[in-house]
Order: sequence, then structure tokens, then C-alpha cells
Amino acid sequence: MSRANIALLLLLACLAALPLFGGAYALRLGSIACLYAILALSWNVVGGFAGYPSFATAAFFGFGAYVAGVLMNKGFPLPLSVLIAGVSALLAAGLLGAALLRLRGHYFAIASLSLVEVLRELVNNATDLTGGGMGLNIPLAAGSSVLADAIFFFYAMWGLLLVTALTIMAVAASKLGFGLACIRQNETASSMVGLNTTFYKSIAFGLSACFVSAAGGIYAAWVHYIDPSDVFDILYSVKPIVMALMGGLGSPLGVACGAFIYLGLEEVVWRNYIQFHTGVLGLLIVLLLLFLPHGLISLRIDRLWRRARHV
Amino acid sequence: MYAAQILVNALVLGCLYACIAIGFSLVWGVLNVINLIHGSFIVLGSYLAFALYNLLHISPWYALIVAAPLFFLLGYLLQRLLLNRVISAPVLVTLTLTFGLDLILNNAMIYFFKADYRKLALSPPLGSVSAFGVVVPVDRLIATVAALALTGLLYLVLRRSRIGRAIVAVRLDRDAAVLMGVDVRQIYAIAFGLGAALAGCAGVLMALIFPISPLTSSTYLGKAFVVCVLGGLGSVSGALAGGWLLALVEGIGSALFGPSLATTLSFALLIVFLILRPQGLLGRKGFE
Repeated sequence: MSRANIALLLLLACLAALPLFGGAYALRLGSIACLYAILALSWNVVGGFAGYPSFATAAFFGFGAYVAGVLMNKGFPLPLSVLIAGVSALLAAGLLGAALLRLRGHYFAIASLSLVEVLRELVNNATDLTGGGMGLNIPLAAGSSVLADAIFFFYAMWGLLLVTALTIMAVAASKLGFGLACIRQNETASSMVGLNTTFYKSIAFGLSACFVSAAGGIYAAWVHYIDPSDVFDILYSVKPIVMALMGGLGSPLGVACGAFIYLGLEEVVWRNYIQFHTGVLGLLIVLLLLFLPHGLISLRIDRLWRRARHV
Repeated sequence: MYAAQILVNALVLGCLYACIAIGFSLVWGVLNVINLIHGSFIVLGSYLAFALYNLLHISPWYALIVAAPLFFLLGYLLQRLLLNRVISAPVLVTLTLTFGLDLILNNAMIYFFKADYRKLALSPPLGSVSAFGVVVPVDRLIATVAALALTGLLYLVLRRSRIGRAIVAVRLDRDAAVLMGVDVRQIYAIAFGLGAALAGCAGVLMALIFPISPLTSSTYLGKAFVVCVLGGLGSVSGALAGGWLLALVEGIGSALFGPSLATTLSFALLIVFLILRPQGLLGRKGFE
């Protein structure tokens, strides 16, 4: 296992100790940090490893939230609902991927953006099942205190993040990861040498959907109320990209750090400039892309390494 | 009669859709950039018309003349100063950059103009005309004619002027255009400026018909996506064909299944087109 991966696992272990120190607010932030890291790491499979500009994260997030939400309303327990949400997203995205991932570049970006719109409108119209624009209430777990609830959902998100991180590391080290890197560098050449590119890309798309959808399920149970414009918000598609760009594309450690740093910035901006927070997010995106296109990780390693050698 | 009304509505709406999409299509076709700020430019154009009419009593027809140079300048500077720096980067970077710019502009509009829906109400109102049992509101009719005129104007500029020929040349083969002495960065900035000017003019026209709010920018952007993909990229006739097809599908879809499913239908059609015929109705395979 590489040093970066060990560092990532250590970081996650530190995060797990959060309930020892923080109150309900810190736990809430910690849960969101885990959620963002799950989204960013998942996006990284298709966007970082395979190099496909996917904007479908919000589609899978909303999909998972609604699958789990509807199931819980029908009396299914939380773990089973989340599991079903994850597995169904894996299958659905794998199948969709086989069709959508034949598109390249801009066309794929547009198709993945449209996927969010299509799912949102479908959920909006299926009023009988999903409550449509009125949203969906998810029953509260009976008889637990606020703090116990916060700790429970923090560990639920954290556990999912751990599973996601381990899976992504395994993918990066495996033949699948190598194949995806080949696809990123030259798709035509990799299919020439006998790589089944469609199959690889479909698996990558499925994996990138699976954990996002499960996280959506936990999110739905956590906030107890979801509506289409909330969970199918296109910002859920864009934020993971910003996080990944911030940390450095492709490296799991960089992407996870990007997610945490992004959350820190977002929280500061949100608390201080509530009327401008999307504008400041936009400004952050613009500055990041213009001045630091390879992410923070490029900055750190280059500088420190060179100085150390000369001394 | 009912069918004729649906057809006429679709014809009118299709021209407006083409007008919304044509600047977006130009930028996508020439610069290879998906310009997510397009929707907010349209809304900004609507606010310009609204402000000119309500504060200075300038009719929206003259607002077109004000909007075009202002938006051209805005787009030109944006491309020259920001987008040209990342123009050769992968899709993800340019797309995300325009998304960031869109967030800034949209947030600014919500802050300064509030998110309330406003309506540019002409006094006296223009009413509507009816012929053979088909009713068309006059404001829509005028906006349609203006939209057609704008599209026609763009077609002429691209066909006849030196700059237009240079834009087409860059679109066909960037490297060859450089060898022929075309200043590609300048052409990019002009094309982006033209796209912004068309968006601003489209916004002025939309102000006559639809309510104005920063929240509607994503709807306009969504329509532009669909029209571009249906009709084919970077050609004037493609945008018109795409606009009419979209309007027809929406009109028939809402007559059959109700208006709430029409949007789903149009986006589903978009995905089907992307998979089966990504070059669009009139696009040619080969250039992206």
C-alpha cells in the first residue's frame, strides 16, 4: 500500500474520534465532511481515473435518497434500504453507462447533466410514490436523543466513507484501475490492444454511482425530509468536481483532502456571507481553475521536495 | 382547429427557442466550450429591457439596440481576460469555469434584483390576433419576427463578412485558419461576444413574453442544450430545426400527457438523440 493511501486511512481514523471531542454541531459538520468525501471519491472513479467529465453525481444522490426514503416509508429498516439503494444504483448506472459512455467529451457532459433533469422531473411527476414537489417525509427513529442521533448518523456516514475509500484504493491498484488510466490516456488505442473499454467504463460508472446513492439514502434518513429540488440539486454534481480539482485529480488522498478543505471554506463563507455564498463559491471555482489547475497536492509536493533536496 | 393551434404555437415557440439557443450553439461550435453562463446572460438581457422600459420608458424594440453592443462587450472581455487562458484545457475545466462564472452572475442578480418574478407589462397591451380560429398574441408574434430577424442577421454575418468567414474557418479547422493568418484568440473573443450579444437580445425578447427572475436562467440553459443537440451544432439552420422540433414535441407532449411531463419528454428525447444521432438533425458527422 502506498504512503498516500496509508495517510488517507490515518486521516479517516482521526476523523472517527470526533464524537469524543465535539458536540452536535461538530458532528453535523463531520457527517457532511464524510458525505462530501464520499461524493468526491466516487466522482473520481469516472472523472479522475477514466477522465470522463460526469455531471451525474446529483442524479445518483437523489436516486439513492428517494429509493431509500420510499422503502423506509414502506417499513424497511435503514441498513436494508441503504443497501438496496446502493445496489440498485450500481446496476442502473452500469446499464446506463453502457449507453451513455459511448459519448465523449461535451456530449457526455451534456448527457450526464440531462440525467439529473430527467430523474428530477420523473420524481416530481410520480406524486403517488414520491410525493412529487411536496417532498417526502421519512419517519423518525423513535426514542433517541439528539446527540445519540447525531453520533449514529456520523458513524453511518463515516462507515460508508471507509468502505468507499477502501474500494477506490482497491480499484486504483487493480487491473480495472490500470484499464481506466489507459482509457483516460487514449481510448482508441486501449480498445485496439484488446481492452473491453465499454465494460470497464460501465463498471467505473456503476461504482461511482453505488456509494453516492447509498450516501443519498443515509442523508434522507438523517434529514427526515427530502424534496426533488433539494436532492437533485445540480450543485451536488459540481461540488465533487471542485473538491477533486482542489485536491488534485486522480489521487484518493488529494480528493479526500480537497473535500475537507472545501467544506471548511464553504462553512466559513456560509456563516459570514449568507447572501453571497454561491457567488463566493463561483469565485473560488474561477480562481482555482485559473491559478491552481492541478490542485493543492501539486503545490505541496513540488515545493517541499525541491527544498529538501537542495539542503 | 385544436391541432392547428398546437402547430402554430409550436412554430412561434420554436423561433423563440432557436433565438435562445443560437448564441449557445455558436460558442459551442466555434470555441468548443459549453457556455453555462448563457442562461444568466438571457435573464440579464430581460432585466435590461425591464429597467429601460420602467425607468426610462424606452420600448423593448430600442432596448435590442442597447443590449447588443453592451452584451458583446461583456462577452468579448470575459473571453479575452478569462476564458482564453483555459481554452485549450479539457472539457471539464472550461465547463466548470463557466459554471463558476454563472454562479457569480446569478448570485449578483438575486442580490441586486431579488428573486421575485417580474413582468414587463406594455401599456397599452398589444392584445392578440386571430385568423381561421387560431389565436396568437401579438407580443409573441413580434418577438418571433424579431427572433427570426436576429437569426437571419447572424446567418448573413457568418456568410458575408470577413469576420464571419474567419469564424467559420476557425470552426472548420483551427490549425489551417492559423496558417492563413487568422488571429484565433481574437476570433474566439468575437465569437463569444456575438454569443453573449445574441443571449442579451434573446433576453430582451423573452422579457415581452415570460416572467423575469434569476431563477429562470437554468430553464433557458436547459432549452439551449436540447435545441443544440436536436438540431446540430454551430449552424443557424440547425438551431431553427432544433427549436421547432423541441417546440413541437413539447406542444404535442403537453396536449397528450399534460404540461408537467413535457420537460421530461424533451430531456428524454435529448438523451435518445445523443445516443443515436449525436450530430443532430442537420449536423454533419465529423466536426464536433
